[in-house]
Amino acid sequence: MTTTIASSAQKGSAGLESLDPHERLLLAPVIKWGRGTYLTIGALGAIVLVGIYAYIVQLQNGLTVTGMRDTVSWGLYITNFVFFIGISHVGALLSSILRLTGAQWRHPITRMAEAITFAALLMGALMPIIDLGRPERVLNLILHGRLQSPILWDILSITTYLVGSTIFLILPLIPDMALLRDKFTNAPFWRRWIYKVLSFGWRGTPEQHVRLERAMNTMAILILPVAIMVHTVVSWIFAMTLRPGWNSTIFGPYFVAGALASGAASVVLAMVVFRKMYHLEDFITVSHFRKMATLVLTLDLTYLYFNISEYVTLAYKMESSDKALLTDLFRGSFAGLFWLTQILGLLVPAFLLAFSMMRPIDWLKRIRLLRPLPLAAAAVVFLAASFASAFFQSMFGLDLAPLALVLRIGALILAGLFAVSLIPVLQSRPIAIFVIASSLIVIQAWVKRFIIVVPVLEHPFLPNTPLTEVLYRPTWVEWAITAGSMAGFLLIYFFISRIVPIVSVWETKHDHKVEEPVRGFGPALKQPATTSSPEV
Amino acid sequence: MADQKINRREFLKLAGLGTAAAVIAAPKVGELVGPALRSALSGGAHPGDTGGGDHRWLMVIDLARCDGCGACTNACSAMHMVPPGQEWIKVYKMQHPTLESSYFFPRPCMHCDNPPCVNVCPVDATYKRSDGLVLMDQDRCIGCRICMAACPYSARYFNWAEPPHTEQELAEVYSVEMNMPHRKGVVEKCLFCPSLTSQGLLPACVSGCPMGAIFFGDENEDAVTNSYGETLRLSELLVEGAAERHLEELGTEPRVWYLPPRTMQAEAQSERISEAHPAAQG
Repeated sequence: MTTTIASSAQKGSAGLESLDPHERLLLAPVIKWGRGTYLTIGALGAIVLVGIYAYIVQLQNGLTVTGMRDTVSWGLYITNFVFFIGISHVGALLSSILRLTGAQWRHPITRMAEAITFAALLMGALMPIIDLGRPERVLNLILHGRLQSPILWDILSITTYLVGSTIFLILPLIPDMALLRDKFTNAPFWRRWIYKVLSFGWRGTPEQHVRLERAMNTMAILILPVAIMVHTVVSWIFAMTLRPGWNSTIFGPYFVAGALASGAASVVLAMVVFRKMYHLEDFITVSHFRKMATLVLTLDLTYLYFNISEYVTLAYKMESSDKALLTDLFRGSFAGLFWLTQILGLLVPAFLLAFSMMRPIDWLKRIRLLRPLPLAAAAVVFLAASFASAFFQSMFGLDLAPLALVLRIGALILAGLFAVSLIPVLQSRPIAIFVIASSLIVIQAWVKRFIIVVPVLEHPFLPNTPLTEVLYRPTWVEWAITAGSMAGFLLIYFFISRIVPIVSVWETKHDHKVEEPVRGFGPALKQPATTSSPEV
Repeated sequence: MADQKINRREFLKLAGLGTAAAVIAAPKVGELVGPALRSALSGGAHPGDTGGGDHRWLMVIDLARCDGCGACTNACSAMHMVPPGQEWIKVYKMQHPTLESSYFFPRPCMHCDNPPCVNVCPVDATYKRSDGLVLMDQDRCIGCRICMAACPYSARYFNWAEPPHTEQELAEVYSVEMNMPHRKGVVEKCLFCPSLTSQGLLPACVSGCPMGAIFFGDENEDAVTNSYGETLRLSELLVEGAAERHLEELGTEPRVWYLPPRTMQAEAQSERISEAHPAAQG
């Protein structure tokens, strides 16, 4: 058995030789598992094992091995839970909304998004179970489940969404599975079995095509309310309590917006990685990135708007029960994380995306002095000089305050000019900028979940423990389980991309290469500016 | 094509019949299998719950009498062998943010009539009984801690590790009216001592208060008693003493009433701010 597989894999069977170049390219990662594949699986698997070890330690000793205590009784696990469920929203966004609005450009990226949804939901659903003090009693949720509890709403909606997204992942796979079943006849036996089962007797008849289309359309409609419900009830875990900071009516849409933003940003990252790793430049083009970037920008701004709505309305009134929490967030122990999420995590990506998509401003480049490096250097020099003047003031008793002020204003103007001088640079490397912006948004999403969970718990009406310097510091167990869950997510995702084509073969077959005329990108990108195909 | 239509119709008929049969049979099957499954997995209804009888228990705490000695906490901890780090009745020193005035504020579980903890519990482990008590079934609790997130009074504690045991405590047969032996991974809280009140005794904290500051009684009898044996008419005490409930505005309807302290001439706001929490004063 093993020898036949090995020998036929070397020669290549007749089935694989009959693949056309389009199929050959997209199926290559599935057919050929190189050393890198095993190394990746091994490395991610090792991190997962560390996480599993940490969980065993936690099972043996109880949750005392975490940093959680009676005041901050939820921590990293619940943060990860909300983060993963948020990321999972992208499947519904791309496969459902883009399908229903007839955006054809979605074809090469829908499966990437659906697989993210599947992997993120598996990890997300695991997190609350890891957080349980009595995981062996998890069946009580079914035996004694109370529908009044938000946790039951979560279980119902997440399992429904998991089933729905699994179907949504499997349905468009059918023709590709049949292709692999017919052509990849020398696959390992377990994969031949998978291809056989998941192709559901597909023969590619017109009737089967009609039915598949109909099923996918139905799913696209069904999955949408479920997806929105999932993140709404996740937010209700918090919003159904009376705690200052969670006791909010906008938590549902607020969380849905954040979920979509982080999910869309994670798809951009997946697109970049797969494009490079699997040589998909012909399928995932700059135009796809541009469209995704528009989506990410829109969602980023929507989420920023919800943040402003939530915090400004509370901060304006400064009700006494909110005051301690808001003070802590705005200028207390969480201020660093809070402003990082708002400025570096949302505002900066918005500017990066907007600038990199703008029409090139040619005259900017003609101004000789507008170069980023000298401007940055000058700004730093001005800032340093202003600090130096303060130093001399205290040393020699001179009144240098006006000079320091002038220097600081100068530094500010130089910094502004520096930002302007960056625009042409941003425009010459749009994909790099999309990656930076998306990474910032994804990191922001995790940190934001953390500061939604922990600071609120630190500020109850009646604190049990005196407010020492830090009430919650995650332990190595929590970090290891967090790392393990991230690695587990990546492992599932990578594995999916190695047993099924991550870009749909049959859906992209009839797409003609639609390349838009150059607009918004600098001349560094060589694109045929002559194509006149319409924007879809 | 015609064949197919008939097939489909037959299929639908069969499916409909099957569904109907399942709908009719499901409760029957559930009746047969459900209890067996339940008792196998979690041991039936809440263990040791005697029902509580025809009472409506409540507590009145006279803040003017409390000197913050902490004897109530000690009496409670001794009676229930409360795991270390937990204070089922906790005495706060309440400090007005700007004035010098301060007073002591004992906080048991409020046994709310609209209990946020019970509302969110996914498995009916914490529940409201007809005698007003909010009890906690540690045989059923899964340790999700959403009740702790929901409780505005921070009256709930979690056994993060295996609690230290004594032989006497381990010898107890578990009942929701006593919650012993203590165990890892479940939530703990004040119970209003149903094991004592059912014998006509006052809860441990009430009888342990050297100032007679805590009154306990039955709303149905309109009477409350303290450790001095003073028995007062509840309705008069609440009106004449200008009684209040903590965080009344949240709508939790606590079953613990507070008679104001003499120093409490400032606004009601001050009672929220604990000295133990300097950030709250900022």
